[in-house]
Amino acid sequence: MRILKNPNIQFVKYRYWAYAFSIVVLLIGLGGIIFNGLNWSIDFTSGIAATLNLKAKDPNVAPLPIDELRSVLAKNGFPDAEIMYVGDEANSVFQIKIKTTGKGSNISAEARSKLIDIIQSEFPEYVKGRDINKEVIEEIYEVGPKVGSELRTQAFWAVLLALIAMIIYIWFRFELTFGLMGILALFHDVFIIVGIFALTGKEITMQIIAALLTIVGYSINDTIVIFDRIREDLKKNRKDPMPVIFNKSINETLSRTIITGGTTFITSACLFFFGGSVIHDFAFAICLGILFGTYSSIFVASNLVIDLHQITGKEKKTLQHLTKKKK
Amino acid sequence: MKKFSWRGLSIVIFICVTAFFLAPLAIPNLPSWWSKHHLKLGLDLRGGMQILLEVDTSELSATDARNAVEQNIKIIRERIDQFGVAEPTIQKLGEKRIMVQLPGVSDYKAAENLIKQTAMLEFKLVAPSEEAKRVIDAIDKNISGNLDKFPALAELAKKDKSIIADTTSTDSLQVGTGIFSSLIRPGEMDFEVQYSDVRLIQELISDTLFAQFVPIGYQLALDKADTENPRADRALYVLNSAPQLTGADLAKAKVEYGSATSTDPRVANKPYISIEMKREGARKFERVTADNVGKRLAIVLDGVVYSAPNIQERIAGGRAQITGRFTATEANELAIVLSTGNLIAPIKPVSTSIIGATLGSDSIRKGTFAGLIGLIIVALFMVIYYKGCGFIADIALVLNVGFILAMLTAFGATLTLPGIAGIILTIGMAVDSNVLIYERIREELDIGKAPRTAVDAGFKRAIITVWDSNLTTLIAAIVLYYLGTGPIRGFAVTLAIGIMSSMFTAIVMVRAILDNFVLTGTKTKLSV
Repeated sequence: MRILKNPNIQFVKYRYWAYAFSIVVLLIGLGGIIFNGLNWSIDFTSGIAATLNLKAKDPNVAPLPIDELRSVLAKNGFPDAEIMYVGDEANSVFQIKIKTTGKGSNISAEARSKLIDIIQSEFPEYVKGRDINKEVIEEIYEVGPKVGSELRTQAFWAVLLALIAMIIYIWFRFELTFGLMGILALFHDVFIIVGIFALTGKEITMQIIAALLTIVGYSINDTIVIFDRIREDLKKNRKDPMPVIFNKSINETLSRTIITGGTTFITSACLFFFGGSVIHDFAFAICLGILFGTYSSIFVASNLVIDLHQITGKEKKTLQHLTKKKK
Repeated sequence: MKKFSWRGLSIVIFICVTAFFLAPLAIPNLPSWWSKHHLKLGLDLRGGMQILLEVDTSELSATDARNAVEQNIKIIRERIDQFGVAEPTIQKLGEKRIMVQLPGVSDYKAAENLIKQTAMLEFKLVAPSEEAKRVIDAIDKNISGNLDKFPALAELAKKDKSIIADTTSTDSLQVGTGIFSSLIRPGEMDFEVQYSDVRLIQELISDTLFAQFVPIGYQLALDKADTENPRADRALYVLNSAPQLTGADLAKAKVEYGSATSTDPRVANKPYISIEMKREGARKFERVTADNVGKRLAIVLDGVVYSAPNIQERIAGGRAQITGRFTATEANELAIVLSTGNLIAPIKPVSTSIIGATLGSDSIRKGTFAGLIGLIIVALFMVIYYKGCGFIADIALVLNVGFILAMLTAFGATLTLPGIAGIILTIGMAVDSNVLIYERIREELDIGKAPRTAVDAGFKRAIITVWDSNLTTLIAAIVLYYLGTGPIRGFAVTLAIGIMSSMFTAIVMVRAILDNFVLTGTKTKLSV
């Protein structure tokens, strides 16, 4: 069985359409980041995130309406608490997120005990007969302000460091232009996903940073398979012009690009649909990353190499460098 | 059967290692040297508590600070061991942070108290009531001139003023004087503080600025809140600030229960802590009790008075009791903290997470389900698309997943939810090496090569690509490992192991199966 039998799609010729598409998507993402801002989770700011099960033991007690929870919290000093249902409404499981502002190193810990106190004193009928530690609190996560800002810096450096390490690797294995353009394509992928997260208002958590790094790893993998083929084809067909060879290489690797993208996408989609709420956004980011990573590997990375070569006029030099016989 | 080859040996080792470490998951009743290697689940999967603590070393020298962190870790470990937590993880992070993970702990409040309690135990004399009154008067006088330094008190004074202005009474109550004593009232023996004012008093007592206005040689302390009746009035003690004995004089502490027939209401049928002092401590205790018969000796822990019994007579032998309205858990906790000694430098939690066990088991169930579905779809696809060779790739795929779990077990790493996600992603990416190789073989077959030459050429060409592409992904995984803590590290580890094992299975194992079982004789067709 074959998906594509000897395809010959003019990727290089129509690359400006792809660029236009990328620029539009990037601009939309940029708009999202500028107007909506990034919703940094408490991992990176400070505050508490709690998942509470407030299903009363007594079946005669009506389920707690989310609005009541919201107004009670607002009255008791948490007007900005974000509250939502986890799973079905009938389960009465709530996720409460409260960002703490201020300098005291204990503010998050204080907010945590205050929240528990409020729940115990304001909603006795829902807590009654149940162990608050074991049955009511499903999860509480609290980050102090110091750790939060440290993590943000750390995450930023990690992504940057990963990208630089990859430029060096590709520079070493191929050539600098390839390295730079490959990384430019990665920035493109990461930026689009961050933009989509800004637009949808989804939180940037530590998990999402991990997802971004995974996407970086996946997308560069895809790009390098094509670069590898270009290098090989350049050696085989020294007379053909560069754009022709690039287009040939992209086509030759196309079925592999699609199959690997497909299998990875399927598994992440399984994670998205069946993996549960905790991992939902992570899987969402990975799914998007595979789509855009595959797209950028085919349409953006190697095409940018062609354009940069045409601008700098270093085509010959690169050719010599890549086709010189090693070993 | 065949002559020795490194390839064959490496495959045998690969399979044996996988089987060895996975066996405890599947087979019960293995000998203990074998079953002790089992897959550890992270906190997010089994529930429990994680606290990131920071040691406050601001008042110590550089060497002392380093020792203090190490020493604190040792003390915390001892406390947790006595508290009885299975498989706790306590590690130093960076210069002065300590990460404590307590799997399966649900009473997080007790655990947190246990860990962070400094446990500064001191025995201090209570000032006799005449003396105490003089101290309180002095505080009032000192403060009235400096009211602007205590905004909370200043506000109270302002309120008082408006009350007085409202009444036409000619009472000569001067505003601003006696503002501190207005918060307390003389009780039977000590001063009493109403519940509504407890917080303010607590803040003042711990305020270093306020301490400057307390006459030298004295300090104020509240008694311990009654757990059963938290809104009850609290007693305020005036203590001589010089400690007569400290925690360093203590040899051991344990919980005991007073007999129901005891005449002392503080002990009858209630838990208390009996302490035993070291030889030197016992001597000191004897001297202090002899010198102060008739006075009261307060037992102060972390600035809170637990009890202040009257000294009836000289006490030799160095034994004492700490009573103080304990619950059984509190008493137990306190005994542990006292006998493990006090922390060298104060610590405070900078981040805490608590995960319920239900959420964890739910995550495992859903993650496993998602993984299985993904695995089945990918495996089916490979068989349909690459037929016979696809089946070989599927064998490699299943072995890959097994190998990741086996390696996690072998390294004693923990499986976290992002770790499960990492495995599921690896399922998708692991077939990549096979896809690269098979696509290459197909190309070679298309140009008319015989199966054996096509396989040789296909592998030879594809391996370069497999290396290049996987190494860059590995770079990302390594960076992720250094960035992350806890769950994220778990993800990086599974991703890295997955990359390496998928390269191995694709390049070595699939090749071997093809060479030895498929391309036998002079086959003219290859099912790919």
